[in-house]
Amino acid sequence: MPLQTNSNARGANPQPNWAPDMPIISLRDVHKSFGAVEVLKGISFDVRKGEVVCIIGPSGSGKSTLIRCINGLNNIQKGSIKVEGQEVNDPKLDLLSLRKKVGIVFQQYNLFPHKTALQNVMMAPVLVLREPKREVEERARALIAKVRLQGKEDAYPGELSGGQQQRVAIARSLAMRPDIMLFDEVTAALDPETVKEVLLTIRELAAEGMTCILVTHEMGFAREVADHVYFTDRGVIVEHGPPDQFFTKANDPRTRQFLSQVL
Amino acid sequence: MSGMAFRIEARRFGGGSFCSHVHWRHGLWLGLAFFGSLVFAYAQSEPGQQVPSAISTLILWLPFILKGFGLNLLMSFIAMAAATVLGIGLGLLQISKLPLLRWPAWFVTHLFRNSPWLVILFMVMFLVPFEMYLPGGERVMLPDWIKATFAFSLPVMANISEILRGAINSIPKGQWESAESLAFTRGQTLRWIILPQCVRRAIPPWMNWYALLALATPMASILGVREAVSNTQAAMEASGARPEFLIPFYLFLLCLFFAYIYPIAIWTRKLERKYAVAN
Repeated sequence: MPLQTNSNARGANPQPNWAPDMPIISLRDVHKSFGAVEVLKGISFDVRKGEVVCIIGPSGSGKSTLIRCINGLNNIQKGSIKVEGQEVNDPKLDLLSLRKKVGIVFQQYNLFPHKTALQNVMMAPVLVLREPKREVEERARALIAKVRLQGKEDAYPGELSGGQQQRVAIARSLAMRPDIMLFDEVTAALDPETVKEVLLTIRELAAEGMTCILVTHEMGFAREVADHVYFTDRGVIVEHGPPDQFFTKANDPRTRQFLSQVL
Repeated sequence: MSGMAFRIEARRFGGGSFCSHVHWRHGLWLGLAFFGSLVFAYAQSEPGQQVPSAISTLILWLPFILKGFGLNLLMSFIAMAAATVLGIGLGLLQISKLPLLRWPAWFVTHLFRNSPWLVILFMVMFLVPFEMYLPGGERVMLPDWIKATFAFSLPVMANISEILRGAINSIPKGQWESAESLAFTRGQTLRWIILPQCVRRAIPPWMNWYALLALATPMASILGVREAVSNTQAAMEASGARPEFLIPFYLFLLCLFFAYIYPIAIWTRKLERKYAVAN
């Protein structure tokens, strides 16, 4: 409930058709093509508020495309994606209100190299949401502390390790106070030893009740943190289930083959 | 990967840098040639006659020549300022989402980038009137040097437009994506994220074009603008049009331009190196 009041207070469109007990994200028969290549061939699933969902699957199975569709970075050709009842594919969509609700963290961090860590975190709330600078700075410093980077506020991205940059990127997304966080293979470009720091941050977020969708290759992490795991291959969801069941009793031969290769 | 964002790649800015080829040794050779030519001119003057030497004539006319050189500098400053403002506008139009804006901007950019400067100079000289009437009815004279300045600004404008377009395109796509996902609009992304990163990349090629522009300003002498070269020619005429003066006087002009351009070249190289190693 507090989150919903919050987003109304920030001027988001009230969604009369949506209540917090309904799925916060709802995909129905989503199709997406790049030119002649159909990447998503009818994806449907629901995510409830506070749920942590992991999407796994071989490279090129459309996982990244899928989560980029959820915050409107990629548009879809057919189907429906609803975030808090708001249709993402609607041409009249208020993109600002969608992007305040949905944060995304990328594999390549994509920090702004000409700004310090603190400035990276503060930029969007100050410049886009026009929130008071002092208030945002307080929140930004708290977020940087939360991702365990106290003392790095004034460092430029080029002076930080990959894992540190990725945690700044997480803090930067959180500064918009999103209701949902999307993680697009956020540890795939990191050294093994820095992967842990980033996963720790995500684990804490999940434990606080943040709705998270993760595309990941970290099977151990998915098993531990996810409420639900989806396995995609060639643009469709092949199999899904709670992690205990998914990782031990997979039915589909494709899932079993994939798991035997990665586990 | 983060190092990508600040890497300077000369090829993205169209051609190599002029400034990276200027060396102090060139200045030394120029200076030596100049002094050699003075001696040579002295030896060539007929022994019986009481005529002033090349060096004393040059010293006599130096204020006049330097006054002309001042006009070269003034033209280069004004042309560069105009070229920068117009070039940034044109470059931004070149990346517009609207084809109706993008195509004309592309056309203008490539038209002026690929035309000989002298042709542009003649076109502006003969197509732009020598006087104009403001909306209020006031008459404004357009002296030749102003028209020449405008003509020089056009090719530089086109090149700055390309520098900007190249710099914007060299910013990784991820910058746009992360800005978009943080609810920045396209305009806000350009203003706060993309353009600030472009400045560092674009300054060395921008300075390089300034140096080329300053070196091109003597072309205005063809059309009678009284800058350094035409004043030097006038000085030679006035002191008897002696053929042995030709080489020392023109070499002096070369030295003058070298002395002005060399520090700019050094500075440009320094910035190029600095931005290449940053990150």
